[in-house]
Amino acid sequence: MSWGRAPDDFRPTANWEVLRLRAELLRVIRQFFDERQFLEVETPILSADTVVDRHLDPFWTADVNRPADITPQTRLYFLQTSPEFGMKRLLAAGSPKAIYQISRVFRRGECGPLHNPEFTLVEWYRVGDDYHTGMDLLAELCEVLFGRGRPRIYTYGEVFTRFVGIDPYSAAADQLRQRAEALGVAYPASLSLEDRDGWLDLLFTEKVQPHLGQEEPVIICDYPASQAALAIVRKGPPSVAERFELFVNGIELANGYHELRDPEELRQRITTANAQRTREGKSPLPPTNRLLQAMEVGLPACVGVALGFDRVVMIRAGANSIREVLAFPFDRA
Amino acid sequence: MATYNTSEFRKGLKVQLDGEPYLMIECFFVKPGKGQALYKCKLKNLIRNTVIDRTYKSGDTIEAADIEEIDAQFLYRQGDQFVFMDNNTFEQYELTKDQVDEAWKYLKEGMPCTMLLFNGKPISVTPPNHVVLKVEYCEPGARGNTATNVTKPCTVETGAEIIVPAFVEIGDLIKVDTRTGEYIERVKAE
Repeated sequence: MSWGRAPDDFRPTANWEVLRLRAELLRVIRQFFDERQFLEVETPILSADTVVDRHLDPFWTADVNRPADITPQTRLYFLQTSPEFGMKRLLAAGSPKAIYQISRVFRRGECGPLHNPEFTLVEWYRVGDDYHTGMDLLAELCEVLFGRGRPRIYTYGEVFTRFVGIDPYSAAADQLRQRAEALGVAYPASLSLEDRDGWLDLLFTEKVQPHLGQEEPVIICDYPASQAALAIVRKGPPSVAERFELFVNGIELANGYHELRDPEELRQRITTANAQRTREGKSPLPPTNRLLQAMEVGLPACVGVALGFDRVVMIRAGANSIREVLAFPFDRA
Repeated sequence: MATYNTSEFRKGLKVQLDGEPYLMIECFFVKPGKGQALYKCKLKNLIRNTVIDRTYKSGDTIEAADIEEIDAQFLYRQGDQFVFMDNNTFEQYELTKDQVDEAWKYLKEGMPCTMLLFNGKPISVTPPNHVVLKVEYCEPGARGNTATNVTKPCTVETGAEIIVPAFVEIGDLIKVDTRTGEYIERVKAE
């Protein structure tokens, strides 16, 4: 009853039926990967290394007694925003060719009907997959999870052109802004014309995504090269990222990469992301990490995919908010 | 000036845009996994009650509005001026009929109200959810008709018109929901 909390704050926000469904879906997913000879692995959730992404903010902590003991020399540890680094290190070190992990991951500031700062990610990698076989495996899992048929595959360019009326690979930021105005999309006054990706994200989120996966699940591939994250860029024109996402009921469920293997390219992307972070008033993240070391040794050609497990449960349970599928969401954590 | 940044955005926040106070009545967080976070907000103008849509991206800020909610009571009406008193400081405030808005229909002398002050000046007043008002005038109803689905207008002591069941008569006391303006029931005099 202290801290002015509601007296029923201790109770779960999910009902028991949904919590049972969670458990059952975890079993289904483990069975799916076990049957395909994937090895389940566990890598650190708390790590000195972290993915450096313009739009992902990790929680951090330090191995000290008191906050006051933190100095500029103190090593910081990051709660992982995905288990990507650890799993790719295993692959580079010669792990079995197919691995998966079901882990908790953490993203600061992400709280909403589809977001909880702590959530469950299912992540897998298979050596030898190319872009297309990687999408096939995701499509198979999607069929097993939802029983709504095999996802149709469209390119980002196709769906963007269809719903926004402009080619996302070539349109300039001011043309995207004109489309936003013509389509009546409210946009942040602070969104600058230097930020072409910001305009693409706005229009995709507002005008494209709600249509995706409404009748049948869809996989969207060939993202703009500027949104490659850790995917290979296939030379064009237009150059596109070999990155794909699964959408069901307008909800983004999974993100996959034909994985980038060039450490020099990764170094450059980290530098770019940190420069953007600094410009936007966020702290830069460590520019060096053991994934770079691993990639110097050699990451085998592979495809990796991360699936938001809580959203799978939401869709299966017909829930409108992630709160309905979590025992204790962040405000009750 | 205090500001809120996007990570503090939530329903119920009182903010200031172009010099006017707004209440955040909805804030919807959307973010592609690998992209820009957006906060889609609905903001209600606390003076004019209009609702606007605004979209913000993470890192944006909005100025906080200096809004204070006080317990007041309605003292009296003078033409189009409504006079209230702060129950704690006994300070008196005058509101225009526009500022009082729909609340004028329910205000009786001495009635407790909640008043919003923006930068120390009153901008709106909310009466209790339920008020009891005396019927000053209505057409007579058919005797014995106790059906609640046959209705008629009546004029209550504040001058407002309320829709009531046909059996309500002049001199009756009726309970009204001030949020909807609807008749709830007839009550006995205390």
